[in-house]
Amino acid sequence: MSAVTVSFPNTAAPWQLPSRGKVAMASLIFAEAAIFTIFVVAYLFYIGKSLTGPTPREVLEVPIFFTVCLLSSSLTIHIASKCLQRGKQGGFMALWLLTIVLGGLFLYGTGMEWHRLIYEHGLTISTNLFGTTYYSLVGLHAFHVTVGLVMLLTVAVFGIAGRVGVSQSGRVEVLSMYWHFVDAVWVVVFTVVYILGR
Amino acid sequence: MSSNVITIPGVQIEARPWVDELHQWLTTVDHKRLGILYILSALLFLVIGGVEAIIIRIQLIHSHNNFVSPQVFNRMFTMHGTTMIFFVAMPLLFGFANYLVPLMIGARDMAFPRLNALSFWLSFLGALLLYFSFLGGGGLYGAGNAPDAGWWAYAPLGARAFSPGHSFDYWTLALLVSGFGSMGTAINIIATVLCLRCPGMTLSRMPLFAWLNLVMAGMVLLVISPLTAAQIMLLVDRYLGGHFFDTQAGGSAVLWMHFFWIFGHPEVYVLVIPAFAFASEIIPVFSRKPIFGYPVMVAATVSIGFVSMSVWAHHMFTVGMNSYANSFFAITTMAVGVPTGIKIFNWIGTMWGGRIQFKTAMLFCIAFLFQFLLAGLTGIMQAAVPFDWQLSLSYFVVAHFHYVIVGGILFAMFGAFYYWYPKMTGRMLSERLGKWHFWLFLIGFHMTFTVMHIPGLLGMPRRIYTYEPGRGWDTLNLIVSIGAFIQAIAILVFVANLIISYFKGAPAGNDPWDAWTLEWSVSSPPPAYNFATVPTVASRRPLWDQKHPEDPDSRYE
Repeated sequence: MSAVTVSFPNTAAPWQLPSRGKVAMASLIFAEAAIFTIFVVAYLFYIGKSLTGPTPREVLEVPIFFTVCLLSSSLTIHIASKCLQRGKQGGFMALWLLTIVLGGLFLYGTGMEWHRLIYEHGLTISTNLFGTTYYSLVGLHAFHVTVGLVMLLTVAVFGIAGRVGVSQSGRVEVLSMYWHFVDAVWVVVFTVVYILGR
Repeated sequence: MSSNVITIPGVQIEARPWVDELHQWLTTVDHKRLGILYILSALLFLVIGGVEAIIIRIQLIHSHNNFVSPQVFNRMFTMHGTTMIFFVAMPLLFGFANYLVPLMIGARDMAFPRLNALSFWLSFLGALLLYFSFLGGGGLYGAGNAPDAGWWAYAPLGARAFSPGHSFDYWTLALLVSGFGSMGTAINIIATVLCLRCPGMTLSRMPLFAWLNLVMAGMVLLVISPLTAAQIMLLVDRYLGGHFFDTQAGGSAVLWMHFFWIFGHPEVYVLVIPAFAFASEIIPVFSRKPIFGYPVMVAATVSIGFVSMSVWAHHMFTVGMNSYANSFFAITTMAVGVPTGIKIFNWIGTMWGGRIQFKTAMLFCIAFLFQFLLAGLTGIMQAAVPFDWQLSLSYFVVAHFHYVIVGGILFAMFGAFYYWYPKMTGRMLSERLGKWHFWLFLIGFHMTFTVMHIPGLLGMPRRIYTYEPGRGWDTLNLIVSIGAFIQAIAILVFVANLIISYFKGAPAGNDPWDAWTLEWSVSSPPPAYNFATVPTVASRRPLWDQKHPEDPDSRYE
């Protein structure tokens, strides 16, 4: 039977305030979104303004598989944190590790792409405006994925040691907010770089 | 709420050796100590930035002066601007916010004490990096020993070709690092205000100080981020051979201007909103009336926060934007004056019919009111695009923004010092020295910055290291420079007052001003834990309710 709250007149309402972890992470995401906005604006502004090649159309290939990896990791981390809230440790650990694998795959994809661009097409950050804006924007995002992975791994280590329980679910949720943000940014970066930019 | 210091009978606390005390200060995570550290570091850099201003004014005191070389002159105005904005104004405001916000909302500390310490040390490290450029800036190139590209560092001046050596890298890194510190503090303020309010302290009962700092923190997140992004791009250009602002490779110098001013103009509001916060606390107390139009004040602040995000390109009318962009930014710039005007009417409405006590803190706030109004009016003048075309990059602009920052923000800050110093130290600041400080600074300020409008109108460009005689600028510049010296003397009086009163000031007691917000309910200085029992509030003026139980505010709200 669920608890029924009865409110009496003239009694103070229970004093509830939002969780500081969530508020702080939301603020951080707000600031980070502003940083990414500036990089995205720079990318859009410089589309087609490079004086020399290679151009995006010549060298970029749409990374569908790795995008699917990253986006589905949002789903797995969401279910993982729901599992933790309900006390299902096993399900949490399995999905958490899967999230890390998916994120790692995405980073591997970015690495392979950069390797191909640098060694096959000779595109570096100093080649032309496309190189400068492309490596900065995608690199900034990859940096955020890396930071996210480090934090996910930290939780995984504690999880393997058996230290992540229901009482940590609030913190895990804060971390998953960050991961969702990193995924959402990729949607924007993907649209700008691989669809509009080509 | 009444008994606030826990004393244990029979236990005497021995004085700690000074090394211990220093260690405590350097490793502290207490919001009050960090607040004081912020304020002290800001005062240190206020003096340094002031010395740079004095060097500028000595050089300009008469025509064909050669007190310093043109190169040194460029370094001085660059360092002066950067120091005053990033390492004086921001730390001072953060210091007061840090100290006061938890006390005002009945919390025992900020939401993230360790993040708070990290933020302070990051911003202090930024300041040290900037000044290290005097030593390390020459690098292996032997070129330049401090950044000299102006505080906005327009492209391509920031490029390697025009700023060789490392001096400019220190500038970039200083802004980047202190920017991370600012973001940390902003996140902390938001989390504190939203999540740590004491029972009963609903958003509509928060002191305006907390409200305005909440808005300021939100703006910092949105404003410092573009600066951070632009500095990262600049570093990519300088170190990795990128082309963001390299016009020879198709890059755009104007893009840097946009990115800089998306930060730069709202930054003015980031600085002035806390100044509004000081005025909104001090004016009611010394008018013996509650603030007039509390909800309107909050709404006006929030709308300033929004509108000020869309005014940046009024710094760029002379760049050659199209007429639609010019019109848009002219209109938004004039529009932002509306909520600001509402605030000024509300402060006057607060004073209207009040029993005004002309303490030093109140004097500074009244001067702030008038000077900020004038600064706003010259701002509206320059929002008119043709007028701006005529006077952009002249001393008129310099006079305008110093009117905002000195006449508005700094005056309000001085008011805050006189008002909250008793809380922070337990001693009153001397009113006699305070009056000297006020009148000297007021006279010096008007000699410098009111007069400075005129050479601007006569066509004197900013950033020139000297000028020809016979243009009618000589006498005016002499008056401006004398005013700068008078201001410097006033600052010395102020610093002397801070030091003397710390040792010899009259004891302040908990509530020297008969004020109404929670910080005055605890001892001065407050104990480390702030509140022995977390207070519960029922109105916007909890101390009024406590002092006047027969007629509490809560009855009317």
